[in-house]
Amino acid sequence: MAGAISAMFLLDMKGRCLISRDYRGDVSAQQVEKFFTKLLEKEGDLESDGPVCHENGVNYMFIQHKNIYLLAASKQNSNAASLLFFLHRVVDVFKHYFEELEEESLRDNFVVVYELLDEMMDFGYPQYTEAKILSEFIKTDAYRMEVNQHPPMAVTNAVSWRSEGVFYKNNEVYLDVVEHVNLLVNSNGQLIRSEVNGALKMRAYLSGMPECKLGLNDKVLLEAQGRPTKGKSIDLDDIKFHQCVRLARFENDRTISFIPPDGSFDLMTYRLSTQVKPLIWVEAQVERHSRSRVEMSVKARSQFKERSTATNVEIELPVPSDAMSPNIRTSMGYATYAPERDAVVWKIKSFPGNKDYMLRAEFRLPSVISEDTPPDRKAPIRVKFEIPYFTVSGIQVRYLKIIEKSGYQALPWVRYITMAGEYELRLI
Amino acid sequence: MSGHDSKYFSTTKKGEIPELKEELNSQYKDKRKDAVKKVIAAMTVGKDVSSLFTDVVNCMQTENLELKKLVYLYLINYAKSQPDLAILAVNTFVKDSQDPNPLIRALAVRTMGCIRVDKITEYLCDPLQRCLKDDDPYVRKTAAICVAKLYDINAELVEDRGFLDALKDLISDNNPMVVANAVAALAEIQESSSKPIFEITSHTLSKLLTALNECTEWGQVFILDALSKYKAADAREAENIVERVTPRLQHANCAVVLSAVKMILQQMELITSTDVVRNLCKKMAPPLVTLLSAEPEIQYVALRNINLIVQKRPTILAHEIKVFFCKYNDPIYVKMEKLEIMIKLASDRNIDQVLLEFKEYATEVDVDFVRKAVRAIGRCAIKLERAAERCISVLLELIKIKVNYVVQEAIIVIKDIFRRYPNTYESIIATLCESLDTLDEPEAKASMIWIIGEYAERIDNADELLESFLESFPEEPPQVQLQLLTATVKLFLKKPTEGPQQMIQVVLNNATVETDNPDLRDRAYIYWRLLSTDPEAAKDVVLAEKPVISDDSNQLDPSLLDELLSNIATLSSVYHKPPEAFVTRVKTTQKTEEEEYPDAGEQSYSDSPARVAESGASPPASTANPQHSAARQPAAPAALPDLLDLGMDNSSSAIVPVDQPATPAGPPLPIVLPASSGQGLQISAQLIRRDGQIFYSMMFENNSQVPLDGFMIQFNKNTFGLAAGGQLQVPQLLPGTSASTLLPMVLFQNISPGPANTLLQVAIKNNQQPVWYFNDKIYFHVLFTEDGTMERSTFLETWKSLPDSNEVSRDFPASVINNVQTTLDRLAASNMFFIAKRKHANQEVLYLSAKSPRGIPFLIELTAVIGTPGVKCAIKTPSPEMAPLFFEAVETLLKS
Repeated sequence: MAGAISAMFLLDMKGRCLISRDYRGDVSAQQVEKFFTKLLEKEGDLESDGPVCHENGVNYMFIQHKNIYLLAASKQNSNAASLLFFLHRVVDVFKHYFEELEEESLRDNFVVVYELLDEMMDFGYPQYTEAKILSEFIKTDAYRMEVNQHPPMAVTNAVSWRSEGVFYKNNEVYLDVVEHVNLLVNSNGQLIRSEVNGALKMRAYLSGMPECKLGLNDKVLLEAQGRPTKGKSIDLDDIKFHQCVRLARFENDRTISFIPPDGSFDLMTYRLSTQVKPLIWVEAQVERHSRSRVEMSVKARSQFKERSTATNVEIELPVPSDAMSPNIRTSMGYATYAPERDAVVWKIKSFPGNKDYMLRAEFRLPSVISEDTPPDRKAPIRVKFEIPYFTVSGIQVRYLKIIEKSGYQALPWVRYITMAGEYELRLI
Repeated sequence: MSGHDSKYFSTTKKGEIPELKEELNSQYKDKRKDAVKKVIAAMTVGKDVSSLFTDVVNCMQTENLELKKLVYLYLINYAKSQPDLAILAVNTFVKDSQDPNPLIRALAVRTMGCIRVDKITEYLCDPLQRCLKDDDPYVRKTAAICVAKLYDINAELVEDRGFLDALKDLISDNNPMVVANAVAALAEIQESSSKPIFEITSHTLSKLLTALNECTEWGQVFILDALSKYKAADAREAENIVERVTPRLQHANCAVVLSAVKMILQQMELITSTDVVRNLCKKMAPPLVTLLSAEPEIQYVALRNINLIVQKRPTILAHEIKVFFCKYNDPIYVKMEKLEIMIKLASDRNIDQVLLEFKEYATEVDVDFVRKAVRAIGRCAIKLERAAERCISVLLELIKIKVNYVVQEAIIVIKDIFRRYPNTYESIIATLCESLDTLDEPEAKASMIWIIGEYAERIDNADELLESFLESFPEEPPQVQLQLLTATVKLFLKKPTEGPQQMIQVVLNNATVETDNPDLRDRAYIYWRLLSTDPEAAKDVVLAEKPVISDDSNQLDPSLLDELLSNIATLSSVYHKPPEAFVTRVKTTQKTEEEEYPDAGEQSYSDSPARVAESGASPPASTANPQHSAARQPAAPAALPDLLDLGMDNSSSAIVPVDQPATPAGPPLPIVLPASSGQGLQISAQLIRRDGQIFYSMMFENNSQVPLDGFMIQFNKNTFGLAAGGQLQVPQLLPGTSASTLLPMVLFQNISPGPANTLLQVAIKNNQQPVWYFNDKIYFHVLFTEDGTMERSTFLETWKSLPDSNEVSRDFPASVINNVQTTLDRLAASNMFFIAKRKHANQEVLYLSAKSPRGIPFLIELTAVIGTPGVKCAIKTPSPEMAPLFFEAVETLLKS
């Protein structure tokens, strides 16, 4: 099962090739441009066809980032999952290099782009995508003088994500536990899906090759150790680790041990599908008066403890696309009509627990409707918020032990925050 | 750290190439470097800079790594077009491959391997040999891939120089990255070779499993993909392997996860312990679900794979259906795949929730998605018997929204539901019929017609409903025509009354004489023959019980499924096609029947086998039409009386020629008012019958010197009360021009008393001339109606019931019948229908029937010796006073 591609292309929004790297010489840029411009011209079909297509013996896999398409062309039965993921990684690497990846930054850095494409992939096989290590030996002009003339050990090492000899005067490590709540309430007001997607985001500023061990209030671990689970322990549905974590060890005894990369990375992500009481509940009553007027009365309720406060709350309430002359009043925060989103956007800076706020809105509707107006898209109410110092899952970092042979002490700083992910209430 | 390379793209006004040439040969390093960058920039935007080959190669010998890389890049692009000059670079390459800096050594072999020029390849071998044994793992991992490159260019060379063994040695390398690349290279070489090159033994297996823990994420994918080919010796070994692989399910890289899933599924085939299997399924579920939180493109690949996995092991995700519920902002391609999996996972337990979701989706904006959601409801109804009723009520709710494409899609699936559960849900037919007028898509129309035909006995006005479709029969797409044909036959068999009888005549006529579609014509002839021969047999065939359908849509054939599962994560698993179906550059293997694999792409949802199996409503051209094949059984006996006179010589050529024009253009119209008597206005006219309607076909020619306008027409009282059914539509006629028109006629308007005659007096006026009067003749046969056919038995009864005084006969000494079939066709075109024939001595006796307006039947007996002049015509009718007119008509028809 050869998983290689023939060539990689960076295309603009019209499907014209900006930069390409040919790895095998069996797919030409003209061929790809022809195929892709055709695909783009079929209006709207880019979405319905999906990111993998076949034409004339060539397989195309592509992703979009800003005003760029990244496309891999292959003539084999390549590993589509690996290559699409690789394309996303390429975006990450480019972003690390030029802050933002877009048409302009590609042109401005084409020399480095070629160098990177040569290093990240060989003969169409993904090779190496650690941006931080790559930038030790492939540099943009500004840093060109300090070019490292040898490949960093890390490129081929078992610890491929960290170079030796990192030094910090103050050794510090920050851990942010960020949870996204995905939630779906159907038109009956029934909670049909709720899920927490969490991430332990680490920023490690540590010298040398630190050995780290992370302790969580993991139910499986605590029970295995026969400890009385004081307080809350948690049972996660699925956990994914950064490649630095020793997976076999975790499988064995649930120990999370690793040598971290330098800087920031996602140490682990986890998923928990559990019945979460919707943290912010929105009820809406919509009254249509004949065909001329729509009245909305909305109540938003925070269903968490008083000691927590949600911030940056944004509630998007769908309204008919032909609504006009809005008249909106709120008991808290401010709301604006956003015609480009066919919605009223209600923003509340600070929303303490166990509170109710109200919004009333009135719209006029055109009395005549044209025959060909499509039926209103039934959009859900969508909510965004952040609740600091709080996690839905109840996950806790019990300890983070750091051992380095130079023997320094480093304490972790841990923060928790919960945010809304895909938070949809189909209540209108 | 943003760069400013864009300046290199700016072009100078005059001669770019000479200028670059000059700069490339500059004595200043920086200038040379800038020049190379400009060359690469030009290459990037597609300009041909191959003419600078020598000058660029001259810059190759440099300490500057960046410059060297750019020159190498240039070489990769242009060496092929300048193979003779490429040799200039060889020396530097070879030298670089021995550079103290491993980056440069690796760069040299990497680049040489990419230059597909024989001369370079020859010189690659020695450096490659060295680099495979280099001290630095970075060089070795590059050399490993380079062997695969060389194999692609010159396989023999690789084998001769022993690179394969060197590559195999690298599997035991102490560096995991080197091992991974060696595995990738070997796997690729194996793929294009028929010899056993890379066979995984239990020894290599354990080495690779160890390397798995240490190499980069991409390397892990190479290793897992290669190992998924490994066949464990027994269940125990399989369990051991799985144990080593399961930790990979926790990897953040989704490709690692999917490849691990692939390997576990492969090994599970061997594992016998149900506990172990159950446990593994439990372990795989959460990682599969987590893939749905990845980027949409990854989700898509994951969903296509999950589709395969749940077909093989439905239990894995049996409880996870909610994670496949669509999110508002999911891209359409993700939503479509989620829907497919929701159908697969739908069960009696979760169907209520699933239906609520489908209903929600059916109100979205994307038409394709909405349609698929509606279709999904139907598929669930077919899959889950106990939920069928709930599915139907959701469909009815959706129909009430009256969004056109939702209604049409709903009707299509309801037809399938009727097929699946006959005699259960017909009470909703009335609701469906309300939407009849809005149907404009062939499949929906065909489905509705199928429903009407199938349940004709329960729908009071089935004949009216079908009739409304009949008007547009010739314009309908083939699948609708076929369906109309079948439905009308069903209707007729169920309600053999006058209306349906008339309809069937129209349909059969349309579907035989007036069509070019062989499927339609063949089917129509078979029905026709069946109906006229043995209506009971026709019932057995047309109204036969249909085989039960099931929702096996998008269900793959087990052996294909297994093959696809062994290709999890690859393109093959995304397309649901085996690799051979889309990879051309594959070694010659025994498998060549790519065509045989069913196409399991997305298209399949649009024509679910549930519908293909359904003969009645199924679209055209399906050769395996059960009704046709069924027809062969009961109706095939050779004893079939040759009533239609179709099969006389048993050759299909006896059937009406395809290209016979439907309505012959016919001779020019007879002149009724010559120009000489009309002051230059000449009028030709004739009564004709078309589509069951009488018209006065007229042509006006203005041979006068003035433009004529304001034409009006009036008919005098006549035997049949013929009168204009509308305004005469004739535009202003300029001198020397002409105009034709069809004036619709109505009957029984102002009937003249007295004996029947064929006189038609016409008056025409215009604004410029006096009123013109002329006489025309009414051809009786124009008035014969389309419903004049009769059952044989009816014919006999009628004949007997009429007194002999009603029988009139006449001889046409000048008429001759040369060919029975041609004559019958001609008579049939004028609505004189063939009933039966017999031979009397050397004479042919033909029996026909016709009906004049107000339903007066005419029973006809024609006697003639074929090919000899003299035809005797005897008729029996309740209105013998019409006989003279009738004979005149028959004589005309026989003559023409």
